[in-house]
Amino acid sequence: MSAIPVVPDAAGRFGRYGGRYVPETLIPALDQVVAAYRAAQTDPAFQAELHRLLTRYVGRPTPLTKATRLSQRLKRRIWLKREDLCHTGAHKINNALGQALLTLRLGKKRVIAETGAGQHGVATATACALLGLQCRVYMGVEDMRRQAPNVFRMKLLGTEVVGVESGTKTLKDAVNEALRDWVTNVTDTHYIIGSALGPHPYPMMVRDFQSVIGREARAQVLEAEGRLPHACVACVGGGSNAIGLFHPFLNDADVRLIGVEAGGNGSGLGQHAARFDGGSFGVFQGMSSYVLQNADGQVVGTHSVSAGLDYASIGPEHAWLRDRGRAEYRRASDAQALAGVHLLAENEGIIPALESAHAIGVLPEIVADLPDDAVVVVNVSGRGDKDVAEIARLEGVKL
Amino acid sequence: MTPAPAANRIARRFAELATQKKKAFIAYICAGDPSLDATVELVVGMAAQGVDIIELGIPYSDPMADGPANQAASERALAAGATVRGVIDAVRRIRARSDVPILVYAYMNPLLAYGIERFAADAVAAGIDGVLPLDLPPEEQPELRVALAQAGLAVVCLVAPTTTPARRTYLAEQSRGFLYYVCRLGVTGERTALPDDLAAQVATLKAVAICPVCIGFGISTPEQAADAARHGDGAIVGSHLVRLIERHGRDRDLVDIVSRRAGELAAAVHAVGGA
Ligand SMILES: Cc1ncc(COP(=O)(O)O)c(C=O)c1O
Repeated sequence: MSAIPVVPDAAGRFGRYGGRYVPETLIPALDQVVAAYRAAQTDPAFQAELHRLLTRYVGRPTPLTKATRLSQRLKRRIWLKREDLCHTGAHKINNALGQALLTLRLGKKRVIAETGAGQHGVATATACALLGLQCRVYMGVEDMRRQAPNVFRMKLLGTEVVGVESGTKTLKDAVNEALRDWVTNVTDTHYIIGSALGPHPYPMMVRDFQSVIGREARAQVLEAEGRLPHACVACVGGGSNAIGLFHPFLNDADVRLIGVEAGGNGSGLGQHAARFDGGSFGVFQGMSSYVLQNADGQVVGTHSVSAGLDYASIGPEHAWLRDRGRAEYRRASDAQALAGVHLLAENEGIIPALESAHAIGVLPEIVADLPDDAVVVVNVSGRGDKDVAEIARLEGVKL
Repeated sequence: MTPAPAANRIARRFAELATQKKKAFIAYICAGDPSLDATVELVVGMAAQGVDIIELGIPYSDPMADGPANQAASERALAAGATVRGVIDAVRRIRARSDVPILVYAYMNPLLAYGIERFAADAVAAGIDGVLPLDLPPEEQPELRVALAQAGLAVVCLVAPTTTPARRTYLAEQSRGFLYYVCRLGVTGERTALPDDLAAQVATLKAVAICPVCIGFGISTPEQAADAARHGDGAIVGSHLVRLIERHGRDRDLVDIVSRRAGELAAAVHAVGGA
């Protein structure tokens, strides 16, 4: 396979995906973020400060842990990239800290964010507390219910959490509300988007901040196994933990890159969040990509046990990678995700987030077409502490 | 680009207003709220009361540039079954009774799902004169704008208070029908006062505009509309009328109430006098 071209282009395009479909008010702010981000990328002081925070504050590098008992069960060599061990409990902090540092460079004092599972909200609240920024997080009220512990964590961190009652009351509606806030307060506010989606430069910038996952994992697996993995597996909500893992492997043509979408509880529109299996081309929340929509172009509600995967569209780079055949995507149902929680908890002593559990739950299916002893890297994007009460409720257990 | 006949309805209205030394009053409502039948009556009624140009919102599930009033209207319209096709049909019915210029205010996704070329052709055939795309800056997929324009639709550009001088010139060159000055940072919705920098902001646009400059976002009273019209070539009122429709959606005299209020706004703007 020929080398994968560098994307996005200057207009923020990943082939036909990406771009900037936003109200005119935001164009100057996006231009400003592009300029500040480009400058930060080549500024050794910025990179050194980010590196210092990622090592001494977040606890990077995160380990690559051999899943010994799971490996025996699946007859493959399964390695877990332990983003669950990051400070705040998920990969989201990698991007939140990067963008919070960028906020200082932009000379802005106020930050807004959307959150689904609450992990990006907690990460952003944390970064803002650390750097002395004012922070407000938008969260759908349905997500506030199912991720209640994270709501209180954000409040403890001094962040204002605003419940979103509009639309489906989940992640997409929180993004709408955050965009509305940004349009209103754009002169003093930076919007820290939590996944590799939205208008340019977010998909690129979030990917870059998350690529530390794949850079570490690639070096770690080479050291531990003396070879590259047969496959890398990650769950895909907006797509940030997956693109962060995949990106440094893009030109390793023999490494299969497998994204796992939320299959929910059925294949009908509204029963899942599998954008590549039921969605179609569209323009949504600042980008063009695959969108779960009805025939009239109205974006429909999604369903997943995990709030973090419960989103109607997907980052544009994933759409581009899928079209090129460089990455493949499959779905894991709610039931498979719950099975994934048990599989990892009981075999490895690690309770994964419900999002990450989608990548674990389909492993038995994924390894079926990999050779015996194949090396597989799975991203454990977050820990399951936030989900314990919700898992109990889903399984009918009274705490 | 040669202006096609449909775009002329807007240009003609501005020309007529100019000879009468009057500014334009533009009313926004969300199509399909409370029903497409009501939309037909509301447009005909408002036009009869002196509204110069109508903006019809195409309802959308995720209207990120809109405040609570327009969001709720979109939700009501969708719940009542409004579709892009339904909005086009409603305009066809309006055209049998009124020649008022009509633009659609649209987020791109419903138009893309309909098919942009098919939309452009059907819209023009039904008597739609222009499109105001909320989430399509001109450099984004320029072929979409070209498809709309080639069918004969006037594609309006928006300028915001944050827009840089160089970009103002660019947008002024791109805009057709009129140039829409979004006079506030923020989403649509009623506000108590006009911004202090309005006169200065509009002056920079008038200096570069090749078509009329109309002012909207946050204008709700006849006094504010008149004030805005004094600076530009027209004033746009949306959320205020949308909230009236929300309040009176089930009343028998909905059309009278909304048309009367639109007429008061139009009269206040027309009283300003042209440049
Ligand atoms: C632990 C965890 N994993 C994955 C996701 C999904 O997001 P993304 O696809 O951007 O990694 C989330 C989102 O909230 C999360 O909290």
